Amino acid sequence: MAKVPVQFRLNGSDRAAFIDAADNLLMTLRRGLNEFAPKYGCGQGTCGVCTVLIDGEPQLSCLTLAVACEGRHVETASGMAEGPNLHPLQVAFMDNFAAQCGFCTPGMLMAARALLDRNPKPSREEVIEAIAGNICRCTGYEPIINAILAAAGAGDQKRA
Amino acid sequence: MLEIRKDYFANERDDNLNVIGKGIQRQDMPGHVTGRSRYFDDHAFEGLLHLKVVRSPHHHARIRSVDVGEAERAPGVKRILRAADVPVNKNTLLSLINFGKDDEPTLAVDKVHYKGEPVVAVIAESEAAAMAARKLVRIDYEVLPAVFDVEEALKPGAPIVNETYPNNYFEYHEKFDHQKLRFGDTEKAFAAADLVIEERYQTSPIEHAPTETNGSIAAPEQDNRFVVHSCAQGLFFSLGTSAKILNIESNRLHFIGGTVGGGFGGKVDSLTEPLAILGAMLTGRPVRYVLDREEEMLYGSPRGAERVYVKDGVMRDGRIIARHVRSYFDAGAYTRLSSYAAIKCTAHLPGPYWIPNVSSDIYVSYTNRCPSTAMRGFGITAADFALEVQMDKLAHAVNMDPMEFRILNAYRDGDMKAHRRVAKNTALIECVQVAAEKARWPISESARRQSSLEGGGQRERGQIPATPIDQRGQIGRPETRSGPVTQTLPAGTMRIPLTKQPELEGSRDARPVAPNVPRYEPARPMTQPVVQAPAPLAPMPSAAPPPQPGVEPPAPPAPGVQPQHGAMRFSSVFGTRRR
Amino acid sequence: MARHKGRGMAAINYPIGMNLGGDPSQALIHSNPDGKFTVALSAIDLGQGMKQVTRQVAAETLGVPVEDVYVDTADSDTGPHDMGSFASRGTHRMGNAVIAAAREARGVLLEAAAEELEVNAADLVTDGRGNIHVRGAPSRSITVRATAQAAQFRQGKTIAGRGIFLIPLSAVDPETGEMNPNTAFAHACLVADVEVDDETGEVTVLGMTSAYELGRALNPRMVEQQLVGGAWMGQSHVLFETPEPYYPNPDHGPRDFNEYLMPGPGDIAPYSASVLERPAPDGPFGGKGPGEMCANPVLPAVANAVFNAVGVRVDELPITPEKVLRGIRANGGARPQARRGG
Repeated sequence: MAKVPVQFRLNGSDRAAFIDAADNLLMTLRRGLNEFAPKYGCGQGTCGVCTVLIDGEPQLSCLTLAVACEGRHVETASGMAEGPNLHPLQVAFMDNFAAQCGFCTPGMLMAARALLDRNPKPSREEVIEAIAGNICRCTGYEPIINAILAAAGAGDQKRA
Repeated sequence: MLEIRKDYFANERDDNLNVIGKGIQRQDMPGHVTGRSRYFDDHAFEGLLHLKVVRSPHHHARIRSVDVGEAERAPGVKRILRAADVPVNKNTLLSLINFGKDDEPTLAVDKVHYKGEPVVAVIAESEAAAMAARKLVRIDYEVLPAVFDVEEALKPGAPIVNETYPNNYFEYHEKFDHQKLRFGDTEKAFAAADLVIEERYQTSPIEHAPTETNGSIAAPEQDNRFVVHSCAQGLFFSLGTSAKILNIESNRLHFIGGTVGGGFGGKVDSLTEPLAILGAMLTGRPVRYVLDREEEMLYGSPRGAERVYVKDGVMRDGRIIARHVRSYFDAGAYTRLSSYAAIKCTAHLPGPYWIPNVSSDIYVSYTNRCPSTAMRGFGITAADFALEVQMDKLAHAVNMDPMEFRILNAYRDGDMKAHRRVAKNTALIECVQVAAEKARWPISESARRQSSLEGGGQRERGQIPATPIDQRGQIGRPETRSGPVTQTLPAGTMRIPLTKQPELEGSRDARPVAPNVPRYEPARPMTQPVVQAPAPLAPMPSAAPPPQPGVEPPAPPAPGVQPQHGAMRFSSVFGTRRR
Repeated sequence: MARHKGRGMAAINYPIGMNLGGDPSQALIHSNPDGKFTVALSAIDLGQGMKQVTRQVAAETLGVPVEDVYVDTADSDTGPHDMGSFASRGTHRMGNAVIAAAREARGVLLEAAAEELEVNAADLVTDGRGNIHVRGAPSRSITVRATAQAAQFRQGKTIAGRGIFLIPLSAVDPETGEMNPNTAFAHACLVADVEVDDETGEVTVLGMTSAYELGRALNPRMVEQQLVGGAWMGQSHVLFETPEPYYPNPDHGPRDFNEYLMPGPGDIAPYSASVLERPAPDGPFGGKGPGEMCANPVLPAVANAVFNAVGVRVDELPITPEKVLRGIRANGGARPQARRGG
């Protein structure tokens, strides 16, 4: 099958790949560009572990055609830190022990970052809504919710 | 959210530790929050091939023919794997510890035994090509009758699920169709009880649903070896299983793993490693075999369902005097680990209580469904559901508070457990007391004063009672399932030698003491079980039964003397097929 | 039509390690020339925290800061044999193997320090901050770093250790079930508060309270991770999950996360847990291992709470609204039971 070129910014750097026109962004990132932070969990948009930001919006990379990202900015958990300095969400996830196996964490962080970027002071309910598409099988969600609230400086909404 | 109750058992602990007991950040957390943690699938290989399997659409069917011609010619296809390509196409996971007979092929040979069983594997340049070619494999099936109910499967005339175990049950000790537990005389006690309550419980299968699906990548490595990136929960377990199935020496496999996206028991079965490695061996290229979510959900081997019948005899004052449990583990079509879980369940009964008469019959039934496997709480979760709902019903029946009822019947230090070993280090009562206090669930002053350290092991609580035994449920003879008692073992009978229990040197809480003498001289090899010297509180001598307060212990078998009939080494009972 | 509150409880114990033994774990530890230690294992971290718990066990035993220890797992070329991460065996078995390895390495470390300080190794202690000194005389000291450099470049000593932990395999009596099963048991009691809607049959978990006895909380934050995540999984098992909704009929199985139901972040209940520590005589620092058991008590506690709320016994899992409604109907209406504190 003839390959098609695609070019976009990935975490601030220009990247290009030759792909099948039907390839999704997740496959292109992982197999084409060796960007392994977004994970495969279901391939059908039901688990959220592949969540990335495209021009700042949270998107499921498994349901996004790579060619549709031409010229856009794709961000993953690998690009969250500013140099050696972790993003406040990353710090909050660490402080709150908000990961066990860590497989959902990159997607969870993307969903959380999209929330805080548009709503820096979310309520607990808004946090829950923001991560409702992201499945975690280990933590029981509570530490994740607490971490996001803490990163937003709203630790007083943590419970129990 | 979490509170540590240092006030309990304080004199049994040294809390003056440097690192232990501290909530220190996890070593792996920086990797998790930066996306740098490397899971099995996060490795790049040039020339990576993808493997997908063709699965049975039927629960039970004979394979009349397999035609892979069209699939082989499909675009991008590099290799088709058939049953005949698998060097040792029959295995059982626990053969590595000599437990059970090989009963499961990697690729089905002439029959499929469950819907989803792999029959053919397709290896292609891309996942899409492999999936497209998978549809071109033509398999002609003759559909056979299937059985799905654990008790129906055990009836004479039921369809044979697993030819290795043609009666549809795992065979215990080459003797019985189930694992027995006999402690005291439950029948007599039921007759003496004020109330007898028998109930049926059924748990559901459960899918582990880790966010990372099962998978592996195998690639030819230098020196004629193969590197395998694996999500296995037991690295050497999977390596050993793969080496056996592929009939190669273990040192030709280089397994890398250890960072796994959730498992919960669902990544013990080496579902993908053998075929991925075989693919790499036969194509000379890296091969990736990853289950998609639907495969993981339907064929990734679930927690098995269990059906549990609990029959209890209870007195009006709340004492349980007899408990019988009959339960059925649904293994699905192959053994995997269910055989072991039934033994673990047997050891767990009657739950954390002291009951003077306990018996159980635990069956492992084969049915035409995806083989089940371990999951968080394996062998115990379903039993605990049944037992603790039963306890609630019993408390209700004798009009007692459920917390008080637990404390009244709780096991304590020194009590004899039904598998004929003395309980130690118990703490059920204290857990009930703290939970009641926290939940503001009122319990009596008397219940609050009880302790796991006191009152256990007194009189009959510390004794092995006289026990009627039977030969019910002989292999292949369902008519013997309701046979008579054949013999009564005298009180105190022990037939299994005590296992040497390694004890760590040091203080009571096992805090290691700095060695005065460096431990690296050849004269004191450290590859032996940690410490041979008896610790101050070593609970069990190595070859004698524990002393029973107030009871004359039976003469133990002299060292080196064959125990009485029936007592055999576990491994020799179940395994004759050494690798 | 109404919502009824109910409370239920359950008490459990849980066996630690493979039931019959016969499941060894090995560990290797070595120091670099600066006195920084690597623990080589083939243990698996599937989220439960294997890497960190063995790191802390190694640091405590060696007597060095935790930052001076990293755990490398799992590579079959470098990590010695381990049965695997299952049967609640990781902390118990591997923890003990790491202790054994660390003790051996510590022995060499102290001997090397003794040679530098010209004292008897038996008189040396570590301060856990990277120093070794004579017991009772902190000024006569040497750093772990200087000791390791001396061992490597002057004394020609390998600061390393090997460890294995094995409880030998037990036999099982075919007729009585007599056996030598696990050597350590953890304990728990959990109270579940629920609300049952007698119109829809829906069960909502309002909160959970528990007490767990775990030998020793080797890392309390990681214990909390297990207890909280496990309580969620228990809630999920008892009310939602099934791949065969009409078991034993195998049809209508869910194929994906749209069809396989689990509680989401909006369904979780407040949870409060207490931990008691009665050290296991053969556990690493008394530790047992909470990872597997912590879903178990939730199942019966919720089932018992449903009975307390509406008088319906659902003895087949999961407790779906359909089963609750059928039970209420069979009883001729909800039958709330006696309240139990709260």
